[in-house]
Amino acid sequence: MKIRAIALNTLKEAIRDKILYLLLFFAAVCIIFSRLLALLTVGDRIKIIKDVGLSSLSFFGALMAILMGTGLIFKEIDKKTIYTILSKPIHRFQFLLGKFFGLVLTLFIMLSLMSIIYLVLIFFHTFKIEWEMFIAILFIFLELCLITSVALLFSCFSTPILSSLFSISFYIIGHSAWGLETLIKKVKPGFGKTLAQILYHLLPDLENFNFKTEIVHHLPIPSTAFLYSTLYAIFYTLFILVLALLIFRKKDFI
Amino acid sequence: MATVLKIEDLHKSFNMGFIPKKKKILKGISLSVEKGEIFGYLGPNGAGKTTTLKCILGLIFPQKGKIEIFGHPHLSLKAKEQIGFLPENPYFYDHLTASEFLNFYSQLFIMEKNKKEEKIKNLLRLVDLEQSADLQLRKFSRGMLQRIGVAQALLNDPSLILLDEPLGGLDPLGRKEIRDIIVHLKEEGKTVFLCSHILQDIEMICNRVAIIVNGRIINQGALQDLISEKILFTEVIFSGVDDKELEGLGERLSDQGGRTLLKVFEEKNVEKVLELIQSRKGKIHSLIPRTETLEDLFVEVVKQG
Repeated sequence: MKIRAIALNTLKEAIRDKILYLLLFFAAVCIIFSRLLALLTVGDRIKIIKDVGLSSLSFFGALMAILMGTGLIFKEIDKKTIYTILSKPIHRFQFLLGKFFGLVLTLFIMLSLMSIIYLVLIFFHTFKIEWEMFIAILFIFLELCLITSVALLFSCFSTPILSSLFSISFYIIGHSAWGLETLIKKVKPGFGKTLAQILYHLLPDLENFNFKTEIVHHLPIPSTAFLYSTLYAIFYTLFILVLALLIFRKKDFI
Repeated sequence: MATVLKIEDLHKSFNMGFIPKKKKILKGISLSVEKGEIFGYLGPNGAGKTTTLKCILGLIFPQKGKIEIFGHPHLSLKAKEQIGFLPENPYFYDHLTASEFLNFYSQLFIMEKNKKEEKIKNLLRLVDLEQSADLQLRKFSRGMLQRIGVAQALLNDPSLILLDEPLGGLDPLGRKEIRDIIVHLKEEGKTVFLCSHILQDIEMICNRVAIIVNGRIINQGALQDLISEKILFTEVIFSGVDDKELEGLGERLSDQGGRTLLKVFEEKNVEKVLELIQSRKGKIHSLIPRTETLEDLFVEVVKQG
């Protein structure tokens, strides 16, 4: 009940923030722009629309998660609204989870709106609902949940600018983990290989949530891949949230 | 009388600066607040008043010491269910309207829906914000924010209300309104812990006070015990007497519009001044004996501290 109250207030705060609509506008422009890009490209136009559209959903979703998530706790401390909230009978973990779920709910709504624009655009070209697109969108959403938890973690102890930089780094590294995988294959056994292997296992691999290419080009996906990616999202998000809770529960609000 | 708030040997220090250096803010605070009283917690800026309050509320964690609220550990939900808090310079969610704001905060307590709506209406009436119920808080004036802050502090019908500088930054009318609400709370049997450095207001409404200087409580007790009732000096305003004749009888403070303000220290000198004015057919405009005020005590204690 208390987590719900905090979450709904976070949603209300985000919805009344103009930056969200600005991002939504640019996302819509990008999705519609894919139609123009398709006209200029040789090949299967539908695939271009699908591919650019899904990338737009992922990119703008991540941008929303980072921009809003990194200010989530910092703003409460900076504006001192946290003083009156934590003086009420509420545990700190309830507050933090409320903020997390509030932002996840906001992202769900925003992603749904962007997806509607995207799916309508595809429908005008294929005249059928492409159900497999929902799978790609679902995994984009799981990725956004993980990015939200990371942004929230940084927001617990850092300023929004630094948190944004950290979160963007997390996003970039997460999508470049395949580079390490290639490196591991090419490097001879020894210290370098071990270091690369450790880093590979420590750093996030956000490509686990990227089914865009397979779905757009109708490539086969191993049946265990969906399960593995879902579990990866759940456990990684939980791990980051636990870290955030550990920092937040002992934090002094000076 | 039952003890509502008990603080024992509270210590808190912070790491300050780029190269962290420990700075002690609270150096062994001990005090107790009894049921039904308005307890004034005074101190100059940076003395540790807000830090003490933050420790009580669980916003910061003391290194040493014990805090109990109604016999419960201060961090327990049972303790928090019985307190209301108004921070200094209240900052609230300014995207919410007044009624949305109170509704949101009420969800953090266990309350029936019907009772909750009634409570919100009553509180808006108490703080005179019924007309602004649907106005976003970002459009509120300083005084209105202070009043909605008082309303949120009373949502759970708390038995102990902690107020941090509730009268700061308000105009005289606003100060009177908040002061009246505090007195009204006391009449309802509630206990008020009031942090402030507006001494006139504290003197007017508090039963007991504690003065904190440099993280230590220097003086505490009932106001009548702390402030001496002995007359310190008498202020006489008169006209029609030549200043030279008053030499040695007192300290001349001002001379405006033919009226002289004289500060007379001894009672026998007051009599002499009055006789002189009468004999010179002068006029006495006012005669005020001054006893020690809380301000005098405060200044003295801070100087000692």
